[in-house]
Parts: sequence; C-alpha cells; structure tokens
Amino acid sequence: MIRFSVNGQQQELDLEPDMPLLWVLRDGIGLTGTKYGCGQALCGACTVLVDGQPARSCQLRLIDVAGRQVTTIEGAGGRVAEVVQQAWARLDVPQCGYCQSGQVLAAIGLLTENRRPTDPDIDAALAGNLCRCATYSRIRAAVHEAARALA
Amino acid sequence: MIPRFLADRTMPGPAVSRRGFLLGAAAVSGGLMIGFGPRAARAQAGAAPNPFAGYIRIGTDNTVTIYSAHMDMGQGIYHGIATLVNEELMADWAQIRVEGGWGNPGLYGNVGWGGTIQGTGGSTGTPSSFDRYRKAGAAARLMLIQAAAQEWNVPAAEIEVEKGMLRHKARYMSFGNVVVRAAALPVPQDVPLKKPEDWIYIGKDRQTLRKYDSLAKTTGRQNFTIDVRLPGLLTAVMIHPPRFGAKVRQVDATRAKAMRGVVDVVQVPRGVAVVADNMWRALKAREAVTVEWDESGAETRSTAEIMASYHALARQPGKAIATDTGNVGTALGSAAKILEATFEFPYLAHAALEPMNAIARIENGRVEVWGGHQMPDVYQAIAAGIAGVAPDKVTLHVMKTGGGFGRRAVIDGDVIAEAVAVSKAIGGRPVRVQWTREDDMRAGRYRPAYVHHLKAGLDSAGNIVGWQNHIVGQSIVGGTPFEAGMVRNGVDITSVEGAAKLPYAFPNMRVELTTTTTGVPVLWWRAVGSTHTAYAVETFLDELAVAAGKDPVAFRLDLLKDHPRHAAVLKLAAEKAGWDQPLPPGRFRGVAVAESFDTIVAEIAEISLEGNQPKVHRVICALDCGIAVNPDNIRAQMEGGIGFGLGAILKSRITLDQGRVVEGNFDGYEVLRIDEMPMVDVHILPSAEAPTGVGEPGVPPIGPAVANAYFAATKRRIRALPFNRPENS
Repeated sequence: MIRFSVNGQQQELDLEPDMPLLWVLRDGIGLTGTKYGCGQALCGACTVLVDGQPARSCQLRLIDVAGRQVTTIEGAGGRVAEVVQQAWARLDVPQCGYCQSGQVLAAIGLLTENRRPTDPDIDAALAGNLCRCATYSRIRAAVHEAARALA
Repeated sequence: MIPRFLADRTMPGPAVSRRGFLLGAAAVSGGLMIGFGPRAARAQAGAAPNPFAGYIRIGTDNTVTIYSAHMDMGQGIYHGIATLVNEELMADWAQIRVEGGWGNPGLYGNVGWGGTIQGTGGSTGTPSSFDRYRKAGAAARLMLIQAAAQEWNVPAAEIEVEKGMLRHKARYMSFGNVVVRAAALPVPQDVPLKKPEDWIYIGKDRQTLRKYDSLAKTTGRQNFTIDVRLPGLLTAVMIHPPRFGAKVRQVDATRAKAMRGVVDVVQVPRGVAVVADNMWRALKAREAVTVEWDESGAETRSTAEIMASYHALARQPGKAIATDTGNVGTALGSAAKILEATFEFPYLAHAALEPMNAIARIENGRVEVWGGHQMPDVYQAIAAGIAGVAPDKVTLHVMKTGGGFGRRAVIDGDVIAEAVAVSKAIGGRPVRVQWTREDDMRAGRYRPAYVHHLKAGLDSAGNIVGWQNHIVGQSIVGGTPFEAGMVRNGVDITSVEGAAKLPYAFPNMRVELTTTTTGVPVLWWRAVGSTHTAYAVETFLDELAVAAGKDPVAFRLDLLKDHPRHAAVLKLAAEKAGWDQPLPPGRFRGVAVAESFDTIVAEIAEISLEGNQPKVHRVICALDCGIAVNPDNIRAQMEGGIGFGLGAILKSRITLDQGRVVEGNFDGYEVLRIDEMPMVDVHILPSAEAPTGVGEPGVPPIGPAVANAYFAATKRRIRALPFNRPENS
C-alpha cells in the first residue's frame, strides 16, 4: 500500500510501485484530466503539480510520490489557478484542448514563482508542453493576461 | 483531409444503412426524443427535412442540442454550426450544446462531397453547413412560434423569439414547453433566412458568442476517447508489424498471459492485441509477448532508396498529364533564360497529441463504437462487417479528438477496425484499443513523400513564358473506393492540387504526375497536396522573380491580373506587413500565396538567422474565405495552421531504415514548440461571397514564405525538407 495525496485527498492504493503516476491517476483513481501524449516526458500533456512544482506524471512512479501532494487539473485551485483558467477561456486558447491541462498547470507553476513573466520566461517554462494545434501565441497572451490580473 | 473533389464521386462508398440513424438517435439522446423516427427516414428527397429530426433536439429542460454533421478535432466546427443554427433559432447561447450526428447521410451527407456520404475534411465543414444549419434553425424557430400560437391561441405573427423564450405581449414561454407540439407540425418550406445586414452572430467576434467548450478544455473536463469510462472497460495495446506489409506467423504469449491484470492476448487482422485491466499492465505484458513475422510481402526499403528512385523518375517524362496548356516545349526552347529546380518532401506523421484510439463493445448483437468518427458511415459499415451484424445494429459515439489533421479519416478504419475485432475476440467485452505514441508514429498513414522537378523560362523582359512541373509520389486515394472519383486520367487530384491549376497567368504550362507504389501507408495530412505543391510553386516563383530582377510581390501581382481576389489578398498582406518599408538590420522577409479548398491565403514571414536556421519572428497573414462566420476562430485556425506548417518544414520527417520507421516519439519526430512560435497577425478580407473553409488553408503558404525569407537572408534555396536535415547545413 502506497499512501499519497491527490487534490487534497489521501489515497491508499494497492498498485504496482513502479506504475507511472500518469496511469495511477487515470486508470487507478479515474482522474482523466491528466493526458497521455508521449510517455517519455517529451510533450508535457501529463503535467501535474507535485508539492506545487510542475512534473511529468509519466516519468514519476507511484513509489516516487509516496507521502507527497499531487495536484491534477481537476484539483487546480487558488487565486493563480483561477486567473489562469479565466484568461484561457476568455482568450479561447484551446482548439482541440488535449494539451491544455498540462499547459494550464505549467502556467500555474510559472506564475506561482514569477508574477511578471516575459515572453522568454514563458517560452522557457512552457517549451516542454507541445500543442499540435499551435495555440502558442494565445497561450503567451493568456499568461500575460493572468499576470496582469494577479498584479 | 478529404478534398472536396469527392463531389464528383460516381460510385457509392461501402454499404451504409440508412436505417442506422434510428437506433443511433435513440442512443445518442437521453430524455425526450423529438422527431427522430421513421417519419424522418421516409422524408421525400428534396423536401426540407424536419429540423427536429436530427439537426436540433430541444429538451423539456430547455436544453438545445445541435447534432453536427462534422466532427470536431479542434478546428471549431461545433462552434461554427452552433453559430449558424442560432443566428436563426435565437436560443439563449447558454442553452446550446453540440454533439456529433451520424447514421443518416440524408441529413448529414457532406454537401461539398456530393451529399451522399457524411464526413469531415477538405475544409468543407462551414461551406457544407452554411445553408443547411441556418435553414434548420429558421424552420425550427417558425415551428416553435406556430406551436406557441396554437397553445396561446394568438396569431403567430404576434409572437417574438428572444434568447430562447417565446413572447406574446407580456406572456413568456420557453422552447421546452412547446417543443413536443412544434416537432409534430408540418415543416415550413422555403423558410426565409435573415439578410446579412441583420446578422447578430455571424461575422461577430468572440465577445458575442464565447466558444462554449473553452472552459471545459481548460479545466480538464473535456472528455476524449481516451477518457471514456464504461463498466468493465478493458485496455488493449497493439503489436503492429515492424515493417509495413508483414504478417503474423506465430505468437508466444504464454508469459504475458500469466501477468497481473492480463485478460488475453489475441490475434486480429492488423496485428496482435494485448488486453489487460489497465494501460500500464497491458504495456508491461506487451513486452513479454514474442511475435514471429512473415516479412515476405513487406516493404524493406529505406527512405533514402525510395527517394533516390523518385529523383530518377522525376528526370523522365511523367506517366500522366494533369495540365497541358499552350506548348511548353516550344516556349522553353525560345526562352531567354531557363531555371530548373528539384524539390524533395519527406513523409510526415500527423502526430496528433491524442494517440489513435477507439472503444468497442458488442452486446446482444449490438455494437457500440466510441471514437473520432471522421467518416461515420464508413466506420459503421466496417464495424458491422467485423462484428457480423447489420449496419443498423451499430451505434457510434462521436467523440471530440485531441487533434486530427486528417489522421482520423481512414478508409480502412484502422484503429476502429482493431477495437471491434479485439472486442469480438474477447466475447464482446468493452475494450479501448489505445496506441502509444510510438505505435501512432510507426503504424503508418503519412503525408506521402514527393519529388517535384520544375523548369521554367523567362523572356528577355523577365516574363514567364513557360512553366513545367513533374510531381513524383504515391497516390493517397489509389486502391480505395475514392479512386473512382478522385483519380482521373491517371492523375490523383490530391497529388497535384495546388500545382495543376494556378492563378498565375502562365501562357504555356504543363504539369505531369508519376504515381509511385510503395508499401508505406499514406493519407491526407492537413492541407493535403498543397502542403508540398505550394512550397515548390511559391519558392520557384520567387526564384524566377529574382532572376527577372523583380520584386516578389509586384511579380506575383502582375501574374494575378485575372484573379482579383488573389491579388487583393496579396496586397492586403503586403500593406499590413509594410512590404515597402525597410526592415531592421538582421531581419528578412519572404512572401507566399496559396489557394487551397477555395480559400486564398497570403503570408509574409519575417525572420532572422540563428546559426544556419531561420528564426521566424512575425507572420502577417491575409485571407479571403468569403463570409467570415466566426472571425476569431478563423484567426485561431490561421495561427494554428501557421504553427503546424512551420514545425513541419523546419523539423519534421519520417524516415525508414530498411522498412522500419526510425522516428518513434517527439525526440526523433520534432514539431514546433512555443519558443519557435512567431507572432501572427491575421487580416480577413471582408467578403459577401459564400464562405469557404479555414481548417487547412493556413498551412500551405508558411513553408514557402519562410523559405523565401531564408533566401533573402542567405542567398540559399532550401529544396529538400525539412530545413534542419544535415544536407541543408
């Protein structure tokens, strides 16, 4: 039994310790907002926050998050999350939307650390999050809009 | 995706049951069913269809569900269709939901393809829907008014509709209150539609109509096929042939079958499926399966070898003629200057972020399939065939997909066929076949590789006197039921679109095609033929402008004298880009124009150099797509098309090493990342012409615009894509 917290709820799961957190969340707990895109930390679709820091859930094993706090898109909350998600919807950032859970969490991670990110800051923080619809210019605009709302 | 030439199809597609929609409708809609039923099925051809019989469902709770004839892979067609319906229906925007319709080609047949088969592609969603869904909204509104008039016993003319409410003087009633009565009324014929000057939604920006799914897609609540939960749902991962065309000889799954969570390992026509109770266990078990392959019929060449054969073919006369006007031979013989160039385009993967998947369940002789149903009639027939049931026993659940770019429109139904076959092999249990990224990248269906050989002549005044293009590559539709309508005189139209017919006034022009055969499965890839033809045409034209000593914009405008819409688009782009103004030191620009799917797009790229690669800073995009239904969505599609096309020309290619696909993930197959995304300014030319599509046309001009800017910076022409391949450095 491995214990950890997801979105503030304690989980106690009888799953293989080497099972990637991505599949623990999706198949073990039923939280499907975290997406599978590559399985190799190359696309960012599976981004979650572990103790507040963006992490690729496809590369973390269940054993790696024992005792830690995991936040998925379903549990994203607080002031930063709120303004980020509002900016995303207001600018109609998503096209297909598949990567956006990861993009939003990466943006929350960035704005939590840096309230006034420049374009290069945004590019650096989000370069690992692919969007095949190439909504990138709206992602940048939405991060700036969220930063303004936080100021 | 599927080009509109399907309109000319003469032969029917796979057998499709027109009765399928009865069951489909019943399954799609919980709650009150309005108008779905035999009455609609028997509707006479030519009569206006009852809008409540498949286009619009209004629940007693007042929800308005619109059934879209086109699936949404991110291009925003659900939003577009909702806009069209509501322009006439006048529901409250918050009432509206959109779901995928299917199972009734009579209602959902793609108008742009001739109306006999439902499908999404060729940027036909908006043009095919523009009249159909406005008429449905208008007829529904009139029927609601009529029903309310009966209910209140007042003249219909005194009833007004606003924001989903029917009003007579001080009395109000919701749509839901009268919809049962409304749906049973005769369908009004020749319903007048609003005049453009009265539109309140069409052509208006997103402040008016917010995309209703943006919030769900921002909060993780949007469900895709990968997210569907069903009782007892299993997961299967596939083992596909390591080389295209290889067949399973022998499977040893003894070890895998003993592993935790594994349900079965089954052989299906397209490979071997490892079925388990979750994805991770299926993946682990897959590693423990050994498959022996019969590779006697497999493709074993490397791409280097395939491309070398294409280059050799390109030097010979083409096997088929796509265009032959004037006399190119004579013209080139008397030209003052001859230019020649050979271009090479790689295989490209779609690499949508949601890897291919589908879910199937067979229960009591009924089949259900969840997936990105881009060609639902075809998939219904395929599922029925595999399960051994009549098509009307198949229910489709049309899911939004995490991207698509053409990949979900496959005539053999690939992953859908796999899901049904696997479910059948395990007693009909519900199963999701989920490809990994590597499966997705290596199991085929690529934009075909091509070689183009171009030759043109200038007279002493710098005018083009002759233009010749020989295209060599695979046919997308060859060997499929689309062949009959889309291959003419040996020319697959998808191979030559964007090259065979040009807006430029070339007095003598000849375009030849040599169709090749390889074992590599190919498919339409966002903007199809124009993804390569526009690059060759527009960079070669730039070369000719330079040789003629003329400005590339002025040179094109001169050649566009018979095409004012093209000229207007180019002028608008040039004006917005400040083409006449000098650029700061270190910045360079290039221009390209391409018409695809009847939409004309001009793009001007501003670049600098980073090492020997272009860094694209800004792209000015102008387009004419007729009436702009959702201007902000059009901008989004141009932005996205530019990013999608830019990544491909800079970095993407699929290669084969002795028949095995080398690239398996986003490390080998690189796509655009945020730090490479330019600023994009989109300018839509005002128009009163019928709308044309925008999902694909943003893609073709970006490659040549960047390549022409790169020439301005380096005096080097990039003729083999992608830019970053070693031979270009």
